[in-house]
Amino acid sequence: MFSRKGIRGNEQPAGWLFVAPAVLILGLFMLLPILMALWVSLTRWNGQGSPFTGDVPFAGLDNYTRLFTDEGLARQDFMTSIRNNAYYVFFVVPIQTVLALGLALIVNNRLLKGKGFFRTAFYFPSVTSSVAISVVFLFMFANGGAINAILAVFGIEGPQWFSDPRGLLHIVLSKFGVSSPSPLVDHGVFGLSWWDWLSGPSVAMCAIISLVVWTTSGTFMVMFLAALQNVPVQLEEAGRIDGANRWQLLRHVILPQLRPTTFLVVTLGLIGTWQVFDQIYVMSQGNPAKTTLTPAFLSYRTAFRDFDYGSGAAISFVLFLIIVLLTLLQRRITRERDS
Amino acid sequence: MRSKLCGATLAAVLIATSACGSGFDDNGSGTSQSSSGPADLKIMIASSGDAETKAVRDATAQWATSSGNKAEVIPAQDIVQQLGQALAGSTPPDVFYVDAARFADYASVGALEPYAQDMQGVDAFLPNLRQSFTYEGKVYCVPKDTSTLALQINTDLWTKAGLTDADIPTTWDQLRSTSEKIKAKGITPLAIGDTRDRIGAFLVQAGGYWVSADGKQATGDTPPNVEALTYVQSLLKDGLAKYPKALDAGWAGEAFGKGKAAMAIEGNWIKGALSADFPTIKYTVKELPAGPKGKGTLSFTQCWGVAAKSKFKQQAVAFVQAMTTADQQLSFSKSFGVMPSRQDAQATYQQQNPDDAAFVAGAQYAQGPVNAPKMDSVLADLDAGLQGLQNGRPATVLQRFDKNAKTALGG
Repeated sequence: MFSRKGIRGNEQPAGWLFVAPAVLILGLFMLLPILMALWVSLTRWNGQGSPFTGDVPFAGLDNYTRLFTDEGLARQDFMTSIRNNAYYVFFVVPIQTVLALGLALIVNNRLLKGKGFFRTAFYFPSVTSSVAISVVFLFMFANGGAINAILAVFGIEGPQWFSDPRGLLHIVLSKFGVSSPSPLVDHGVFGLSWWDWLSGPSVAMCAIISLVVWTTSGTFMVMFLAALQNVPVQLEEAGRIDGANRWQLLRHVILPQLRPTTFLVVTLGLIGTWQVFDQIYVMSQGNPAKTTLTPAFLSYRTAFRDFDYGSGAAISFVLFLIIVLLTLLQRRITRERDS
Repeated sequence: MRSKLCGATLAAVLIATSACGSGFDDNGSGTSQSSSGPADLKIMIASSGDAETKAVRDATAQWATSSGNKAEVIPAQDIVQQLGQALAGSTPPDVFYVDAARFADYASVGALEPYAQDMQGVDAFLPNLRQSFTYEGKVYCVPKDTSTLALQINTDLWTKAGLTDADIPTTWDQLRSTSEKIKAKGITPLAIGDTRDRIGAFLVQAGGYWVSADGKQATGDTPPNVEALTYVQSLLKDGLAKYPKALDAGWAGEAFGKGKAAMAIEGNWIKGALSADFPTIKYTVKELPAGPKGKGTLSFTQCWGVAAKSKFKQQAVAFVQAMTTADQQLSFSKSFGVMPSRQDAQATYQQQNPDDAAFVAGAQYAQGPVNAPKMDSVLADLDAGLQGLQNGRPATVLQRFDKNAKTALGG
């Protein structure tokens, strides 16, 4: 808009020159592959030769509409994966945020001895390879594994974790005598009945949820801890002088100070949980009965197992849109509270 | 000024796009063939273990020196994915293993050269295996070896349950009555994998199968199939058969090796697995019990695929021929325990491995995997249904399969 001449007039080209390497690398390795994938998602490319020749059949939006409007396996699998992942996010994000905050508060406590030890212990799962942890959890959640052995001490017969496709909500409802009510079973949306939508996470998914909460809350604890250490001691002391008890201090003094960090943690949590892949790949491959199928894993399977690269790419773009929309929504909600 | 720079950046990105695009391009449709002169073959294998890798490497080196070519064996970690990438980049290995269950996917997209159609001596291979590698009337590649399903019996648990050789089940009714006797002693009778690749054998025994022989029609919801699944379901419901996960095992062979089940239904590979992980277990192998329509089992096989885009097709076919002679197959079976896919090698194999009689016998009447493209997700969905067979309705599982398969096969 303004071309300001003078002593700083030549800064813009210089600025661009300095960021050129970064722009080039990001463009080449991020933007370009994304655009290529976008093109693939509009084709019926079968994985033979280049997708950028005239021979590749153009599909338009078919790959996308198949996920939403056409009755069939593609839509059913996709919607099942969305359902599974939604429950996964719904449980993981709040639990890991609260847990991370709790751990940070503990470690930040001035009276705690051996802070360094606890900080390391809580952070340790985050720096360990997720594949290694997944394998260990597989052993722990085996039918005769540690978890079931501990449950047996309390007289509880543990489930067969990784072969139990029953949804948590279905189990709870069946305790009250509700199982497959026909109004919910006979009607539905997007190829799944309401009853299927309301299944809750399966027992197998619960094991994965607990694993992810355990591994990621360490990372987020560090973020909360950094923010906590920036809260001025004077604020706390002022609060105490005003007669606030510990809960009031946390609720009205510390938490408001942590708002930017909480936003960051929840956002990162949302993005990360919608993209869950490696735990699924290592532990369950979508089994039992597709209850741990997630969009990221489905996208991989559709592309590399079925040679349906177009649909696979389309799934990942829909996932991308879901993440963007949810992040925007979350930002909006937190902003409204401010005013 | 800003818009100009943005334009420049965009232009740079576009140039990069076109530059990258050219890297993907295949140079014309006809691949240049170098039929004469020494070839440089790349052979990608999905090895079952070090023994196989070494055996194939040795045989390849021998072929390379005697024929004056160069050949390199690449063991793949995940052959489906690695091949997928190589095919997308137009630089596939010249020769690679193709699993029968994935064969139609590769054949339908034109990745494979149908060399076996005109290859000499193709009739020597078992007919049902040739059928597994036939797509739209053309035989594409020759099977490298085969395995079939059979019934393994833990002899210690057998005697513990008070059973003798006379109790070895040869029909469905006997399987049920024997299992009831075993269960009465507090032992789990049968471990069976919760997948189409095991339960499918019962369908064959009942005279049905998931798809028609030509692989063009879904034939799930038919009386024989319903009968077979109902029978399997009754075994599961009465605790006469259990899925491996319910026995805390990754697969039926592990449950069997740990002594958690008296019988298992697995293929030739169980031999190597048991001697490696559970060397003390005593067992015999028998043919699967016959169903209402006689004996039936499933076969599993891989073929030596030759890439349609290979530059050295002629040499590749010569290589495959060298790898599939009767002598070479017998040498492979000695090194890593696979069963030859040639009829003329099977007799010798049986002499050398008398314990494998049941597997060899099964190869004569075995049914290959579903041979149709784009079926992987449909079959995965079927497996999900079979996992819930105990509490489900067999007809529902089969109808669902039919519906999904019709879309995949028709489209």
